[in-house]
Amino acid sequence: MEDIISILVTTVRVSTPLILACLAGLYSERSGIVDIGLEGKLIASAFGAAVVAAVTGSAWAGLLAGIGVSLVFSAVHGLASINFKGNQIISGVALNFLAAGLSTFLGAAWFGRGGNTPPVSGDARFYGIQLPFAAELRDVPIVGPIYSGLISGHAIMTYIAFLAVPVTAWVLWRTRFGLRLRAVGENPKALDTAGMSVSWLRYKALIITSVLVGIGGAYLSIAQAASFTPNMAAGRGYIALAALIFAKWKPVPAMFACLLFGFLEAMQYRLQGVDLPVIGPVPTQAMQALPYILTILLLAGFVGRAIPPKASGLPYVKER
Amino acid sequence: MASPTHQTDQRPSPAAGSPLAIELRKINKRFGPVHANKDIDLAVKRGSVHGIVGENGAGKSTLMSILYGFYHADSGEVLVGGQPVTINNSSDALALGIGMVHQHFMLVDNFTVIENVILGAEDSALLDPSIDKARRELQRLADEYGLAVPADAVIEDLSVGQQQRVEILKALYRGADILILDEPTGVLTPAEADHLFKVLETLRDEGKTIILITHKLREIMAITDTVSVMRQGEMVATLETTQTSPEQLAELMVGRRVLLRVEKGPAKPGEVLLEIENLVVADDLGTERVKGVSLSVRAGEILGIAGVAGNGQSELLEAVAGMRAVRSGAIRLNGEDVTAQDEDSAADLRRKGLAHVPEDRLRMGLVTNFYEWENAILGYHGEARYGKGVMLNVDAARAEARRQIEKFDIRPADTDLKTANFSGGNQQKIVLAREMERDPDVLIVGQPTRGVDIGAIEFIHGQIVKMRDAGKAILLVSVELDEIRALSDRIVVLFDGRIVGEADPETADEGELGLLMAGVNQKEAGR
Repeated sequence: MEDIISILVTTVRVSTPLILACLAGLYSERSGIVDIGLEGKLIASAFGAAVVAAVTGSAWAGLLAGIGVSLVFSAVHGLASINFKGNQIISGVALNFLAAGLSTFLGAAWFGRGGNTPPVSGDARFYGIQLPFAAELRDVPIVGPIYSGLISGHAIMTYIAFLAVPVTAWVLWRTRFGLRLRAVGENPKALDTAGMSVSWLRYKALIITSVLVGIGGAYLSIAQAASFTPNMAAGRGYIALAALIFAKWKPVPAMFACLLFGFLEAMQYRLQGVDLPVIGPVPTQAMQALPYILTILLLAGFVGRAIPPKASGLPYVKER
Repeated sequence: MASPTHQTDQRPSPAAGSPLAIELRKINKRFGPVHANKDIDLAVKRGSVHGIVGENGAGKSTLMSILYGFYHADSGEVLVGGQPVTINNSSDALALGIGMVHQHFMLVDNFTVIENVILGAEDSALLDPSIDKARRELQRLADEYGLAVPADAVIEDLSVGQQQRVEILKALYRGADILILDEPTGVLTPAEADHLFKVLETLRDEGKTIILITHKLREIMAITDTVSVMRQGEMVATLETTQTSPEQLAELMVGRRVLLRVEKGPAKPGEVLLEIENLVVADDLGTERVKGVSLSVRAGEILGIAGVAGNGQSELLEAVAGMRAVRSGAIRLNGEDVTAQDEDSAADLRRKGLAHVPEDRLRMGLVTNFYEWENAILGYHGEARYGKGVMLNVDAARAEARRQIEKFDIRPADTDLKTANFSGGNQQKIVLAREMERDPDVLIVGQPTRGVDIGAIEFIHGQIVKMRDAGKAILLVSVELDEIRALSDRIVVLFDGRIVGEADPETADEGELGLLMAGVNQKEAGR
């Protein structure tokens, strides 16, 4: 039981940034903007959050800085792909390079620790939150380990991530904004001829994207870890995009897809060096490759037809 | 509940008393050097159906776009209900009670009917109240105008005719008093078109004003009260429909006398050149689109395939042209089995004497980024006369292009102009010239005059008949029933991938063909 709980706890922890990035991608792609730059935004906001938290000593200031950096990146992406009708993939890839290079360069220049930021602690870092009655329920069989062990004790971002799932579903299907968001990714002309601004709607979606991915980035550097290290996102932005396709752009399946990837990562930590029957000791590298192998397998065959929003990736140009 | 939206108050009230729903005064619009609208005056009476006809590029769409707020007029006045107004965007137009049904529907395909109807006209941040209200309102509109559509059906599951009804409902839900319909029957079966006209008549009788843009003169004669003719950016005439004739309208549109009927003598069919037997073809998704079609085309005859778009015509044409693999069945050209099993036999077929004018000239017939001369030899550029080995004899290619331009009266007569810069009719002539000048035994033609002006249609039809008289076998596919009837020596009707009937164009009546196209078989139709 304890083993299982411990694996699940790790699953939840490593899934948190995935879920945030995946939902961020969902808003963006539902509005018709492909955001391959999620990876770069995760890195940039992790860096921004770590720097500000280290300098000011406030984790909340760090979180805000993470969101702010992500907003700036989104503004560039929006400008390129909405206003200038540029290629969204190229803009996104450029942002990825920029984030990876700039964070390492600035980190090295400012702190001289090979690109790492100084470790944060105390008020400068987010710690796990004990939910009410977690201590009292700890010894109750079954409920105890699940509530006190698994559900309680995560950083605030984890709760935000899991809360964002039903909220996103509700926004998408039950609100005016959701209706328009889904429409603008499918047929922006339908909105334009009905007298609405396609660009403004897409910017609104990008703002939500930035906030979510900014929270995810901050989680990486000042909650899960205590400092920024170069290339800290380690492909999570891409995995989130894969999960989004796997989930066919729907929030609840997106959460499960992210949990699956998170679970594999958790298993990888767990199984490193463990002797398996028949196979013997599992090479670390093989385990580390697992999430990526799964990505390829899922995307290559097991997903079936994943039809993206029809207008995603296409700049909206009025026929004049 | 007479006026369903909150925008009602801003609208000039009908009681203000102008008999004109819309009045345009001296509207001018230029796009660079092109004067798209020159001093246009137009008066549309309240409660009438007003037709606007004109060739492509005559300025009809520009004028309507000004009215719907897509463009801004350079000068001139727009009056709605007798009051001068400024329309800056679609929301302004909607607020003035002007609704538009676009030629290509502005619907979100994976939304339900009700979601499409409320999109942009939601009452509050939450959807449920809007949906409830829209449901009641749709019911009322369905009862009042005969516009029934299942409210919770997803758009992509609906027929084109139903989708168009959703477009009309969208406009009515927003409180439109004036409806602009742009080429509304292009995609409809004859039966659906009849239904649309009934709806439009009901709407007019209820006091709505309808502006109908079309190039089909028959429709103008059938439904409109008044008709305006545009030519080269100018309004050349506005006439009472009862006081005019299709011939007069065609002449006004083109500026010269036009032959609306195709002149052709009786066919002299010879031996069978193209034979198709039990052909089964699937589309890219693996769905069977052609389900066992057998037909044969003889030398010196035109076989027309009638049907509503999407009933397997495209796949049939592509299979015969060697562009699409065949599941089963056989295709024989001059008695030789040429059934395509893979997708690279198109070139082979061309060498064996089959020419293909594809349905979609922009996607398959031309590379629009190429110069005219490049397209004039495209697909035949490997022939010895255009050069040896890897070298292309550009002079020979240009000479051939010039010959085609002269023979087919392609304008402008410039071999070095990008093909994208030719008008639709002239692009079509480039494709036809290339394929016909090859002197093939069998010519297969898809939608020869889609988006082509009346004047060019006359020429293209003439060329097709000339090919027939020269003893070629011609397989013609068109969604324009009039075109099929005018050109064909025999007609077969394709529905859901099967041939559901055959008719003689001389004796077949339109109603019968229309029912066949809608999938009602002859026995049922007889009842």
